[in-house]
Amino acid sequence: MIQLNGYGWRHAGRRAWAVRGVDLHIDAGERVLLLGPSGAGKSTLLAAVAGLLPSDSGESEGELDVDGRAGVVFQDPQSQLVMSRAGDEVAFGLENLAWPRERIWPRVEEALARVGFGYPLDRRTSELSGGEQQRLVLAGALAPRPDLLLLDEPTANLDPAGGELVRRALSSVPTMVLVEHRIERFLDLITRVVVLSPGGGVRFDGQPSVLTGRLGAQLAAEGVWVPGHPMPHRPAAGEPGETLAAYKDVAVRRGEALVVTGPNGSGKTSLALTLGGLRAPLQAGVVVTAWGDRPHRWRPKVLARRIGSVFQNPEHQFVTSSVRSELELGGTPVARVTELLVRLRLEHLAAANPFTLSGGEARRLSVATALASRPALLILDEPTFGQDRRTWVELVDLLASLRDEGHGILAMTHDPEVVHALADRTVAL
Amino acid sequence: MAKLAASGLLSVVVLTSRDPLVLGTVLAACLAAAPFFGVGPKAFMQRIWPVLVACAGIVITLALFSADRGGTTLLHFGPFLVTTSVLWASLSLALRLLSLAVPAILVFASTDPTDLADSLIQHAKAPARFAIGALAAFRLLELFREEWGMISMARRARGVQRGFARTAFVLFVGAIRRGVRLSVAMDARGFDSGLPRTVARPQRFGAADAGLILGAAVLAVFAFSLGTR
Amino acid sequence: MSNLRWRTVDIVVASIIAVAFGVVFWAWTLLWTGPFAVAFNFFPPAAGIINGVWFMPAVLAPLILRKPGAALFTETVASVISAILGSVWGWLVLGYGLLQGLGGELAFGAFGFRRFGVPQAMLAGALAGTAATVLDIVANPYGVGDWRASWQIAYGACQIASGAVIAGLGAFLLTNGLAGTGVLDRFPAGRARQAV
Repeated sequence: MIQLNGYGWRHAGRRAWAVRGVDLHIDAGERVLLLGPSGAGKSTLLAAVAGLLPSDSGESEGELDVDGRAGVVFQDPQSQLVMSRAGDEVAFGLENLAWPRERIWPRVEEALARVGFGYPLDRRTSELSGGEQQRLVLAGALAPRPDLLLLDEPTANLDPAGGELVRRALSSVPTMVLVEHRIERFLDLITRVVVLSPGGGVRFDGQPSVLTGRLGAQLAAEGVWVPGHPMPHRPAAGEPGETLAAYKDVAVRRGEALVVTGPNGSGKTSLALTLGGLRAPLQAGVVVTAWGDRPHRWRPKVLARRIGSVFQNPEHQFVTSSVRSELELGGTPVARVTELLVRLRLEHLAAANPFTLSGGEARRLSVATALASRPALLILDEPTFGQDRRTWVELVDLLASLRDEGHGILAMTHDPEVVHALADRTVAL
Repeated sequence: MAKLAASGLLSVVVLTSRDPLVLGTVLAACLAAAPFFGVGPKAFMQRIWPVLVACAGIVITLALFSADRGGTTLLHFGPFLVTTSVLWASLSLALRLLSLAVPAILVFASTDPTDLADSLIQHAKAPARFAIGALAAFRLLELFREEWGMISMARRARGVQRGFARTAFVLFVGAIRRGVRLSVAMDARGFDSGLPRTVARPQRFGAADAGLILGAAVLAVFAFSLGTR
Repeated sequence: MSNLRWRTVDIVVASIIAVAFGVVFWAWTLLWTGPFAVAFNFFPPAAGIINGVWFMPAVLAPLILRKPGAALFTETVASVISAILGSVWGWLVLGYGLLQGLGGELAFGAFGFRRFGVPQAMLAGALAGTAATVLDIVANPYGVGDWRASWQIAYGACQIASGAVIAGLGAFLLTNGLAGTGVLDRFPAGRARQAV
């Protein structure tokens, strides 16, 4: 079905090859998990197999042969949904492939039923949860009866419940190639594991059971979420101090890491914005802080010195055109800028435009900028969103040491690992 | 599709005339017809309030600042002089704007964008790829508003006063990036395949539609004749 | 010289530019009839000087896409979007969109769609401004056609200059800014970035 012989691809404008010397053969009926640390070229390989690398965007070498049509699912539902109504969305792919009309709608219903989509055809796509949206995307990909399914981190943007929805929908797909970070829930669907090494070829190709051994440990160290390698536990070193901010029954204290959990849509972001002084409280109630009440009335500069907020989407916070000037914003002393660059491993990116950073790098920059004015309280909204294991561990370590230095940490997340590793107290919404 | 043609016709009439009677007739007819198209008063107000505000603005500024001194004085305070002729001129301009805007608003308040795109493709023979591409981008519009709020708050968190241009830039970058990813996803589903697309939602152009266009034409002629008298 | 056929990504991004500016147009008309009208009342023809924003899609789209038809498509769709949202001008904006877009096409077409630098951008903005001025006088939504000739000329001059500077130069700078962020990597405008 899929045959690669010494295949390589280099993106235009890059010096390094994204993948090189890949030899791979995949037959119908196989369910392959494609693993590798960040930057190993997994997404590139998937795009190549899907036929989505236009010849004018880079150069290739070797052979690539795909026998049959592929359906593709990416990680962000909002960047994949075309139509505003659910039924139309699934029909889109069928229209493109010139299916006769009388066969389209029955097939749409079939595809939706197969992924377990529970809403009528005219349901607005914008009113669906993330997990439901991805299910819809999946239905759209499966509707034209592709010979194989390619998935690039389909659950990265979803909370555990959403991820479970997708997993259940995938259980009936016969042939697929899956790239994922959090592989634990998919392991029983997989028949084969292929590991890529950065800029190179296939490092390993075989049974999933090998992940429990030495290779598994190596991969875990490089950033793959291999199950059976527990996350570090970082309890507080000392006693918490004064309350830094409180709203209703949620209070964060100095030297403490408070983790607020709850599924998507439970109001975690709203709470983060309220406590961060970025928005007036939506319901009755006043935000009390160590520096006075009603932080949403403070001037921005004053706010930034007391409470730092890190957003889910790091790009929302970028203001300048280079990493260094991002940190210098607001008159940060040069010594502090250098300190932050080193601590968050961003020195080699000091001159780069913030928007060109990868997910992990952007997240680190976002944290660095929030720390620049030394706020006592740091609020983070889903800090571990879509991160590989290595960045995850770094981030948790950083937060733990900040806490031990006397900062207050408030993290909103649906990631149970964060709770386990970092939380001194939790609040469930 | 018929709605488009109908309101287009009416607009032509409005453009070529400045007689309040003509404009008023067109406006009244549109307002009366609104409920028949499924545009309730509430939905209508949602769309029209900016236009009303703008019209009010025009009336006020023209009335207050106009250099025209003819007609009887209505209001005289400070340097501002409002006379009947000024008021009349500004009101009629406002009326013209209102009657220009209302037919278009009616069309779009009562039409689902997907249906509109389908209709353009099937009846007006618009190129399918362009219409659907535009439709997909339009869907992203809804997300913009929320993003704008988030970006503003993010800037505040950075200690920066929210600047319009900067916020707009970040939004724009995000929108383009999403658009690029969306086009990759669309290609993955065969959008660029060169195969002639089939139609899942056929749009019927029936007697009712023809009747609408005819009705609009009659109204247009009628209103016009009122003016030339 | 790029392939003349529009790729999916060309269509979608042009549409996004159109949608984004459609919103700006919609908001702008509201401001135009209120605060702006007051501000410019000392010399109404000077109002033309801020109108450059209206011509930006006609310049920005060709700069990014570098294909014929970009100016026309984007400017027209932007005006349609502003009408959808509830523009004061109703269907008239479509006429503006078409003619302004055409102005942009002419400017880049005059150079064979081969050069996409500042002079071309400013010319495109100026031509679009000319188209708008003509329509302002002929179709006369705001009473410009009633002014005396000297005012009309002053207005036209302001508007055309605004087109050249705000739309032309502005779009050029915006394109550079966008290219720096990497979002234009699928387009010729973004490929000039350094190898990383």
